[in-house]
Amino acid sequence: MATGAVTAQGAGTQESVDQGKRDFLYIATAAFGAVGAVAAIAPFINQLAPDEETIAAGAPIEVDLAPIAEGQIMHVVWRSKPIFVRHLTQKEVEESKSADWHEMIDPAPEQARVKDGHDQWLVVIGICTHLGCIPLDKEGPYGGWKCPCHGSLYDPLGRVRHGPAPANLAVPPYAFLSDTKIRVG
Amino acid sequence: MTFFLGCAGTETGTMKRVRLLLAAAMAFCCATGFAARAQEEGPAFVPKIPDRQSWSFAGPFGVYDTAQLQRGYKIYREVCANCHSMEDMHFRNLADPGGPEFTEGQVKALAAEFKVTDGPDDNGKMFKRPGRPADPFPRPFPNEQTAKLANGGAVPPDMSVLAKARSYEPYDWFPADIGYALWSMLTQYQTQGPDYISALLQGFKKPPPGFKIEPGQNYNEVFAAGNGIIAMPPPLQDGVVQYPKGPDGKPVVPETVEQYSKDVAAFLMWVAEPKLDYRKQLGLEVMIYLLAAAGLMYFVKKKVWAKVHA
Amino acid sequence: MSGQSTYVPKNALAKWFEARLPIGGLMHSSFIAYPTPRNLNYMWTFGGILSFMLGAQILTGIVLAMHYTPESSLAFNSVEHIMRDVNGGWLLRYLHLNGASLFFAAAYIHTARGLYYGSYKSPREVLWLLGIIILLLMMATAFMGYVLPWGQMSFWGATVITNLFSAIPIVGDTIVTYLWGGYAVGNPTLNRFYSLHYLLPFVIAGVVALHVWALHVAGQNNPTGIDVKSSKDTVPFTPYATVKDALGLVVFLLVYCWFVFYEPNILGDADNYIQANPLKTPPHIVPEWYFLPFYAILRSMPDIFFIPAKLAGVMAMFGAILMLALVPWLDTSRVRSARFRPLYRPFFWVLILVCIGLGYIGAKEVTPGRIVVGQILTAYYYVHFLVILPLLGLIETPNDMPNSISESVLGGNATAVPAGAHAAPERKG
Repeated sequence: MATGAVTAQGAGTQESVDQGKRDFLYIATAAFGAVGAVAAIAPFINQLAPDEETIAAGAPIEVDLAPIAEGQIMHVVWRSKPIFVRHLTQKEVEESKSADWHEMIDPAPEQARVKDGHDQWLVVIGICTHLGCIPLDKEGPYGGWKCPCHGSLYDPLGRVRHGPAPANLAVPPYAFLSDTKIRVG
Repeated sequence: MTFFLGCAGTETGTMKRVRLLLAAAMAFCCATGFAARAQEEGPAFVPKIPDRQSWSFAGPFGVYDTAQLQRGYKIYREVCANCHSMEDMHFRNLADPGGPEFTEGQVKALAAEFKVTDGPDDNGKMFKRPGRPADPFPRPFPNEQTAKLANGGAVPPDMSVLAKARSYEPYDWFPADIGYALWSMLTQYQTQGPDYISALLQGFKKPPPGFKIEPGQNYNEVFAAGNGIIAMPPPLQDGVVQYPKGPDGKPVVPETVEQYSKDVAAFLMWVAEPKLDYRKQLGLEVMIYLLAAAGLMYFVKKKVWAKVHA
Repeated sequence: MSGQSTYVPKNALAKWFEARLPIGGLMHSSFIAYPTPRNLNYMWTFGGILSFMLGAQILTGIVLAMHYTPESSLAFNSVEHIMRDVNGGWLLRYLHLNGASLFFAAAYIHTARGLYYGSYKSPREVLWLLGIIILLLMMATAFMGYVLPWGQMSFWGATVITNLFSAIPIVGDTIVTYLWGGYAVGNPTLNRFYSLHYLLPFVIAGVVALHVWALHVAGQNNPTGIDVKSSKDTVPFTPYATVKDALGLVVFLLVYCWFVFYEPNILGDADNYIQANPLKTPPHIVPEWYFLPFYAILRSMPDIFFIPAKLAGVMAMFGAILMLALVPWLDTSRVRSARFRPLYRPFFWVLILVCIGLGYIGAKEVTPGRIVVGQILTAYYYVHFLVILPLLGLIETPNDMPNSISESVLGGNATAVPAGAHAAPERKG
């Protein structure tokens, strides 16, 4: 086999081809090909996003509050996430209102955690804001939740009172359809 | 064959020649597969080849006719759904672009017409509730055995991909079969399924004399899979489904079996291939891109190789 | 991989790396400076096309595997889930489905090109054998992939093909049971086929690497079949072969996309859109088109002496591929390219027609007439390799050949031809 430098034979005569014009053709073709390659990658990325069935299954759910007695917590699932629906006792409501929220890790007043006129109902996503574990009901000194993974402590309103969690339990979008029925999502 | 043997005792010279000729022709037919079923008892069933219809969704630029799909859905809902499931379809799909394109509100209402089994509830019981857009179309029968029992031993096939699962070979002789296959490929003929379905729905005819039919069976001139015998009774009659009315109070399209058959076949094609519109649109863009790329590459190749072909 | 590399690392980091792992030099010598014969025609672009298709099939396959469920009661519907709900899922599946067909089309063209131009002859026998191994692996992969949608054809195709192994005397039935993982094709079968369908493409990729390695050791054949004699006969791989391969690929993609976007199901069988039913065989079982010639050979075999038809069919089918593997030793002619073989050329085209004819027979329902035609074509297939090919080399007088590749391209005046050079050593009486 031929070894060493290999050069195109007979290349010399055509070297007079307008260099600029040729470069333009090459650059245009390369650019055109690059656009196509990027476009071809798109479906491989898009398929990673939630599919239509998953999205449809994430539709809002309705929760009947009637069976939840005062002091009880009900767990429902929305978009594959646990939703804690807590019927706060009068005592818990009052303690929550009086607590000094300015010094908390993620300061939030009582009004920001519940809906107007529905002081006794807390609806939060039951996922610890630290690394995604599900906190245990009514554990820890604040009587709210305690995360089994790294010991984050939440009060009955789901506000984080002791780290390492950086934020309060998130409140999902929800609305009261009546006094005993909410729609989450 | 028995006919010829029966008169063998009294045959004349002419008859003998005819008989030999026919026997030779028959042997040829058997050998080449023309009359594969000729030896069976009774008159052989030769299925009618479905006529080729002109569909809005045929060809490289064809798209679904939304109004037709809506009419087709009405037929599915009022007629087919009583026996046929469509379990890969969800109510939400009725609002998808390139489909019947019902509005979100309409889809909610259409879904609620169906009762869907859900559960178990807190008491461990399954319960019925109105359908939601996210639900698949419920099955008319809870399981295959029930379906069989209710339909004289035949399970009504699921309709999710029915239009892609039906086909037929119009020619069984060389080289017409190859020619047909190549011609279909070249002309993008892909509507065998809906052609077949609409022909089948119109194929309930009076059986030819001598054709034996058991009670509970029906004759269908298109139904090759059952040699002309189908368990499904004729599902459509003129006027059974009300179509939308025009301003003059008359239906915009005729309420006939022929029109019903076409509309529901078109609907089933959409059910089987819901992304067809988008596929062809994307295909056009890709083809234009590739043609341009091929042109550019051609000139690049020519330029690069110009040095060599000096 | 041919001779020393002329690659010079451009910066200190590259130099440091190159001294420890000379991959830059390998790439440079294999895909940039690598000398390719200057007279390659577009039949030589199929190697690049095949590499692309292997990559495309692996890529779409990996992505489809993220959404597919290999469980017999869910598989069929999970494919429909991909077609309907997964973002762009229909596109990925149609790419994969038609990709298999186009992959085989390219592989068959590539193989036929090798047969026509004698690319299997010394010193490329190992290269050729590796190619046959790739073809076999492709067949296994395609067969198992076809089972995954769990349609009627998937199921009954799997049943029929796995039952082939029961033809093996004594151990056949045990082998079949072990293939199935049960007493019939079922969920365990689907699971293991899925596993192997995922694995084999990477094995193919490995053998492809060997195939390319062997290619770069022996160098490419070319339409004249004459060895490269000087640097005048070659051009560097980049940019010459690269742009030509790219053009060939784009045209190939046009055909591929025609099927994917405009007739994605035309190469398949309608019956495979019916969910597998282990209690009901479809009236007419056919494999995908790329297996049809082999299927025809399988069905053609009668009882031969003490060998039952079933075993004879299996042997004949695998023998058909064995014939290809033995071609380097069955062909006695020392002239590579059919361009200079006036007798081999028509026989080559007859063989192509016979293969197409076998494909036709394989696609049709069995009738006594078609069995006879299938037997004749099968017999001819074997006669071609076992009789015609060895004989041709002995009786054929090759046409006059140019002295070198550059002479064949540029005409006689390109190189000074010494008198008497026409007495080419390849010539035979």
